[in-house]
Amino acid sequence: MSDAQRYDAIVIGAGHNGLVNACYLAKAGLNTLLLERRHLVGGATITEEVVPGFKFTTFSYAISLLRPEIVHDLELVRHGMMVLPLVNTFQPGLDGEYLLLGADADANYHEIARHSPADAEAARDLDHIIARLVRALKPWMDRIPPNSLSDDPAEIAAMAELKGWFEELEPEVRTMFETFRTKSAAEILDEYFENDLVKSLYASSGIIGSRCSVRDRESGLVWLFHKLGEYDGEPGHWGFHKGGNGGFTQVLARAYESFGGTIRLNAGAARVRYEGGRATGVQLEDGTVLDSDLVVSALDPRQTFLRLVDPDDLPSDLVGHIRDFKFQGTAAKVNFALSDLPTFPGFEGRDDIFMGFTNLGPSIDYLMEAWADCEAGRISRRPFLDCSVQSTLDPDMAPPGKHVMSCFVMYAPYHLAEGDWETERDNLGNTVEQTIEEFFPGFSELILHREVVTPLDIERLIGLSEGNIFAGELFEDQLFLNRPAPGWNQYRTPISGYYQCGSGTHPGGCVTGGPGWLAARQILGDQAS
Amino acid sequence: MPLTTPFHPRVEAENQAGLWKHWAGYLVPPQYQYSLTAEYYAIRNSVSLLDTTPLFKYKVTGSDAERFLSRVLARDIAGCPPGRAQYTCWCDERGFVLQDGVIMQVAEGEYWLTAAEPTLRYFRVVARDMSADVEIEDVSRAFGILALQGPHAHGVIRQLTDDATPLRYFSVVRTEIEGCPVVVSRTGYTGDLGYELWIPAQDACTVWDAVMDAGRGHNITPIGTTALKMARIEAGLLLMGADFHSSRFAWVDEQRETPVELGWSWMFRTLADDDRDFVGRTAIESELQERTSRWTTVGLAVDWHDYERVYTDAGVVPPRHEVYSESTMSIYRRGTTEWDYAGYASSFTTSSLLRIPLAIAKLPLDLAEPGTEVDLEVTVIRRPQNVLARVGRMPFFNPALKTAPMAEEGRS
Repeated sequence: MSDAQRYDAIVIGAGHNGLVNACYLAKAGLNTLLLERRHLVGGATITEEVVPGFKFTTFSYAISLLRPEIVHDLELVRHGMMVLPLVNTFQPGLDGEYLLLGADADANYHEIARHSPADAEAARDLDHIIARLVRALKPWMDRIPPNSLSDDPAEIAAMAELKGWFEELEPEVRTMFETFRTKSAAEILDEYFENDLVKSLYASSGIIGSRCSVRDRESGLVWLFHKLGEYDGEPGHWGFHKGGNGGFTQVLARAYESFGGTIRLNAGAARVRYEGGRATGVQLEDGTVLDSDLVVSALDPRQTFLRLVDPDDLPSDLVGHIRDFKFQGTAAKVNFALSDLPTFPGFEGRDDIFMGFTNLGPSIDYLMEAWADCEAGRISRRPFLDCSVQSTLDPDMAPPGKHVMSCFVMYAPYHLAEGDWETERDNLGNTVEQTIEEFFPGFSELILHREVVTPLDIERLIGLSEGNIFAGELFEDQLFLNRPAPGWNQYRTPISGYYQCGSGTHPGGCVTGGPGWLAARQILGDQAS
Repeated sequence: MPLTTPFHPRVEAENQAGLWKHWAGYLVPPQYQYSLTAEYYAIRNSVSLLDTTPLFKYKVTGSDAERFLSRVLARDIAGCPPGRAQYTCWCDERGFVLQDGVIMQVAEGEYWLTAAEPTLRYFRVVARDMSADVEIEDVSRAFGILALQGPHAHGVIRQLTDDATPLRYFSVVRTEIEGCPVVVSRTGYTGDLGYELWIPAQDACTVWDAVMDAGRGHNITPIGTTALKMARIEAGLLLMGADFHSSRFAWVDEQRETPVELGWSWMFRTLADDDRDFVGRTAIESELQERTSRWTTVGLAVDWHDYERVYTDAGVVPPRHEVYSESTMSIYRRGTTEWDYAGYASSFTTSSLLRIPLAIAKLPLDLAEPGTEVDLEVTVIRRPQNVLARVGRMPFFNPALKTAPMAEEGRS
């Protein structure tokens, strides 16, 4: 057809990684087309005005792990990037107790010391050893991981470098790394803390988005993963993007357009075209054929390898790995428009307690009971909730005096033992509402609107298989050397010119942008050679 | 005992961190909250409220007011008609800066001025020497001043008075808030959309309460002086006592600076067209013509990768959180000679929004072109290290809202 249908590069999926990848390709001078199945860019990183004046972060809701290099390389500040700091973390109990932690280390010490002076001291040690470990891991977050199966001398050298790096870690840092890899969050916390409220505040990071309990071994690494980010260089701290996480992908879209890239909305990719093992383009769902020798999938590994191409054309060991790749989403979102801030008994009129994450999950037993329901294939009757009232920091998220509240819900298993997600939708919403009501009496009366996002919604709306928010579990056998499969962890695929750049590749999900960035580095490197 | 401002009962109640400092003899909070960053982002994301009462305040009236001001001030007061404000400076006869400040003509022939240090007697001496019919009054204690700054500032002010909509950048209006006579100017020290309110001291708490009530839905946040200072570096606004010092109490000329050396030559663009005999004119004209400035004042953008590198190589996390400093940092020429001293940074901050360390620096003219690379000395685990920095154009941050019309249908 016409020249307009031919591109230097086509990126499938305008989630944040697709956008980041497309930005780098366009910036390098490639005539780049970014395809998005939906009517808006952002994938799981969007903000939607569900009710006039109320802006909901439909899916992802905070930022921390975004790789700093991306911000500079793509000049995102110039395009409006603004991440607001979380001022406090509030962990209420059901017995009137609470933890309110903020920006001051000494005040935090005394706050924890109300529950246990020993824990207050332990928190400092734990936070510091995690910060040291995170610093040691950072270089590996920001590079293409080695290929453990390759006999290429460069890859053999990279594997040797990895081994050397590990051996040369300071002993206590290495020990801590081993601890996170081999122990559950609860086990680790038992070594540091005695107070249950304190333990559970830390422990909840170990289950976010993952099908595991705080007593399962996997929760150690999931916890560590959530600490790999920063705010202004402060390790493990989080922020809200101005205008919600969708504000961030809008910034990426502006950057992309400034580099000359093209976005096509309402343009779902049906399949990647290839001939003789080389990518030749993309066929859209409406039959349109677009030509390009370079095609990048920002979709998850299941879609990248099993849907967009014919798995029969791929090596069987890779297909086997992808078929076994665990998605098993267990998280949901319930978002509220509120007429006012909720009230914690004794804290009437205190806005500041909501200026950050509000963590509902006040004991290890609470978290384990929530897990027991998940194992039985049902919604947790008392779920763990990570709530964010973004409008306390960003007045543009809701009309004056009103608020939006994003609630991340664990557990809501994709595979239900009984019923289905259409019949369970209201149950999920009601369960979350009742749970918040227990902590904040009177909450229900504040609700102006409720949006329930089930794991099935996550899959159907934005294409994340089984609703896994990370595009695949963050378990050790699915990370780094193995993400998404050993030997295929360097963004290439067996089809020449066809690459992967979604969160199912290293360094993974959580709005890191790393996959999009590192894939672009690989692609541009391959093109240069 | 330090003085307290007329807002003190409210300021004290809001001061959660319990920190206080002295500013020109007044007790003020450097920050109200534990999180400085939260106060900083109130300026950039919502709306902040700052008590700037410790500034010295003067009223200049009389039939010769304009004649006097066109003599004493270095910038032409003719550019400040009734209802307008002007950023200005005044110099000594040798063309060295005595002070900077904002002057506004609130009514025909009635000028109000803020200054960081006292200037009553000096002004009176100048007026006497030129036999001007002018009254200069120190009204420092008669007024409290509030700065309302941030993208939601208009959303707040419009609830308090109709008269500040629209109000052009650097315009001034007399109005009432809660029945109290208030002067509102579209000015500020943050580089963002903002207003400053002169409030009679006895009405201070009434107006504070009205502003806080109107701001509630906009997440209004009282801020201390440190967040303000972080913002002002991004806005390229110099601070007396940090980026320059008054010529008046200097010992040697090395401590004195001319307006041209401070980067204010834009104040003298129309010099050829006016024949004002302002204090310092001869020296400034000569400096401009002969290009005898000893240095100039520039913004420095520190290279982010290099800044990360020097700390990472030493095994520590780069300090990027809430860093603000007025300590002198040396700057060196890049080249074959090591530690080839070129100038210094007078203010430094790690901009959270712009995500790079920024400095205001004094450099010789041959290093002043935007893009010029220099080495900035930082201390990494007690050792000096050089970090790459580039001369940039100030302001580093300059949102469209700062000067936007803010008509009624405008944002917020």
